[in-house]
Amino acid sequence: MIGNAMKTPLGRVKGLGSAKSGTKHFWHQRVSALANVFTMTGLLIVLAMLAVRDWPAAIVFFGNPVVGLLVILALVSTCYHMWLGMQIVVEDYIHAEGLKLALLVANTFYAALLALAGIYAVIRLGLTGLIAV
Amino acid sequence: MAMSTAHRITGVALYFGHALIVGWLVAMAASPGAYEAVRGFALSPFGIVILMLYSWALFHHMGGGLRHFVWDTGRGMGHPARDQLAWGTLAFGLVATALFWIVVFIAV
Repeated sequence: MIGNAMKTPLGRVKGLGSAKSGTKHFWHQRVSALANVFTMTGLLIVLAMLAVRDWPAAIVFFGNPVVGLLVILALVSTCYHMWLGMQIVVEDYIHAEGLKLALLVANTFYAALLALAGIYAVIRLGLTGLIAV
Repeated sequence: MAMSTAHRITGVALYFGHALIVGWLVAMAASPGAYEAVRGFALSPFGIVILMLYSWALFHHMGGGLRHFVWDTGRGMGHPARDQLAWGTLAFGLVATALFWIVVFIAV
């Protein structure tokens, strides 16, 4: 990796210098950001349409595979993007090693929990619609 | 600089606010009662205000992101362009939020 190549062997062993391969992070942030432009616009529309539907109508609405897929795409792109973004924020402001590691792990757990809970909810809603009908 | 700060602040706000969005979905999947409770709160005046703020944070952050995309192509770093992009980000956030809510209140 380029990061390692720019370090002396001692620096590499001591873990000094750049903590990650920055290019990959940068690119993934850009790609997820672009995805978000589309998926979040769609998600906002879905949420607005949900707000005026009572539960039975909402279930029918989620029976539509386009709706379910859009929400899942939005959850994946946003949770990944926010995971990357918060990682940067933590690394920028927290320098105490123990606290930094704890927050980075918490960030990972939080982003994963939101994504997976949301996806599970969408799948469950879609299946509820199938069973109800 | 203010727009960069706002970009980060809106990002952090969205990070935590996203839990509300996911909470809405989870409540829907949980039970009709939970769904109606969440929906009732979302449609309350307080809930609408929170949703409006969340959507503003979203569109402002999106504007900031688009500004970054312009910079990624190497453009927009010179003198008038910098300031225009900053004002453009602010305008995009406000206009997109306003348009979204106008459409919501008309169509829904």
